[in-house]
Amino acid sequence: MHTKTAHELHGLLASKKISSVELTEAVFARIEKVEGKVKAFVTLTKEQALEQARAADKQENKLPLTGIPIAIKDNMCTLGTPTTCSSKILAGYRPPYDATIVEKIKNAGAVIIGKTNMDEFAMGSSTENSGLHPTHNPWDLQTVPGGSSGGSAAAVAASECILATGSDTGGSIRQPAAFCGVVGMKPTYGRVSRYGLVAFASSLDQIGPLTKDVTDAALFMNVLAGYDPKDSTSVDRPVPDYQKALTSNVRELKIGYIKELFGSGINQDVKEAAQKALQKYEALGAKLVEVSMPSFEYAVATYYLIAPAEASSNLARYDGVKFGHRTKDAKDLLTMYYETRREGFGSEVKRRIMLGTYALSAGYYDAYYLKALKVRTLIKRDYEKAFEKCDLLVSPTAPTSAFKMGEKTADPLSMYLSDIATIPVNLAGLPAISIPCGFSNGLPVGLQITGQAFDEETILRAAFTYEQNTDWHKQKVPL
Amino acid sequence: MSITKKDVEHVAKLARLGITEAEKDLFTKQLSAILDFAENLKKLDTTDTPPTSHAIPMSNVLREDKCIPCTNTDDILANGPEVEQQMFKVPKILE
Repeated sequence: MHTKTAHELHGLLASKKISSVELTEAVFARIEKVEGKVKAFVTLTKEQALEQARAADKQENKLPLTGIPIAIKDNMCTLGTPTTCSSKILAGYRPPYDATIVEKIKNAGAVIIGKTNMDEFAMGSSTENSGLHPTHNPWDLQTVPGGSSGGSAAAVAASECILATGSDTGGSIRQPAAFCGVVGMKPTYGRVSRYGLVAFASSLDQIGPLTKDVTDAALFMNVLAGYDPKDSTSVDRPVPDYQKALTSNVRELKIGYIKELFGSGINQDVKEAAQKALQKYEALGAKLVEVSMPSFEYAVATYYLIAPAEASSNLARYDGVKFGHRTKDAKDLLTMYYETRREGFGSEVKRRIMLGTYALSAGYYDAYYLKALKVRTLIKRDYEKAFEKCDLLVSPTAPTSAFKMGEKTADPLSMYLSDIATIPVNLAGLPAISIPCGFSNGLPVGLQITGQAFDEETILRAAFTYEQNTDWHKQKVPL
Repeated sequence: MSITKKDVEHVAKLARLGITEAEKDLFTKQLSAILDFAENLKKLDTTDTPPTSHAIPMSNVLREDKCIPCTNTDDILANGPEVEQQMFKVPKILE
């Protein structure tokens, strides 16, 4: 039961062939069995989940997500349930409110089963930066699940939940989706409310779904998307029914492939898998167009100035005064700040606070931060030019499949480069999806499809068409 | 090596971040490597390029300024590391 998709389970729940309580019990039985190996969760809320499941079973008119067990990334506020961003500095923090997306998930009748592990404050690409414990890739426990939404991606892949939420600042939904062989979508900046999402880099962060297939991504998007007066960066425009976008047809669609992301620096197997996906699209009637994005070479450097700069400001709030960890027995206020932050933050978070503070500091602002904002304009323009020639852009999601645990932890820069294909999308605020498109050494490979702002529908249509004509998404983890 | 240990100490102070001696050395090395990598951006001519701080153009989003009741004060205070009455307590600021 736990291996099924939300749309399959909806049919069974609506016709009362199964109950949400049975389904929730099945998911917890699965967690019991594999969580010791995968370690996808930081908090499980079984009792509350069963309560929500009982309520879902009583509901006569079942919505698409009624009774469906969902995992929430631990940087999204859940009323009364610990929300720690996998950081020691937020140990014991119980939010006094629900994030808007959590409220929406509850209103949709879904069942929240727990909070998933992540790189501390979403800073990382492997979930090894969690302040609590690393998560293991269910395809091969010696490899990373990607990050920062590694817990969510691993939980979906291992069938420890049916759907999960993720957040994506530079690839944190799409890269773990690729590494774990699931579907992950980063919507357009402004499409989903971020009220109650713990801020990392405010001009880049976006919430989105991690699911077993494209149909589930569309159904979940129907719940998540929409304007929220509580988030001043959310955009007030109508939300389409994303399920209606799921037609298996790419005839006449112009698909651009990004030359720079099929070049050196991309693993051969990954490249071949993505090329085969392009051939499949062509065979299905799409027109392929070569596109060049000369600014991409600068995207990672641009991102690693802008994101840490914003983070250094956002993370100033962790000072030990109003919530979270506070150092013991500090004799004055300044010592309290220094020691609370020294004890509470992990290495990568400290590194980024330092980098961001430096990039914003007197004498360096123009050379680093302002320069990065200008290059961001060039990246945006490259996309605008590309979309004059095509409807969608396709590339591998990540340059390799999942790497070994510990392989990149000593060299932050090599870790940063694993986001080379995903980062430009955030800088331009565009929507993109990662879907499974093959395997390399027994590990999944992801295909990234990027669209124009607020055109999630064309992305979903192309992703759905590919899925209908392949069976990568049906492969199951050996657990 | 674009930054020195002294720079690292200065930035840590600005960020109110306590770091150990070992971290000072490590960060001097790692931040230098990252900043050297960022030097690549200088190859691009951006003289006439405006900065983009936000991908979607929007500014001055305003709402009506009105009072609404705050009903969860207890939950908010329950998160405080040290609370007295309805206040968060901190170490002495002035001598």
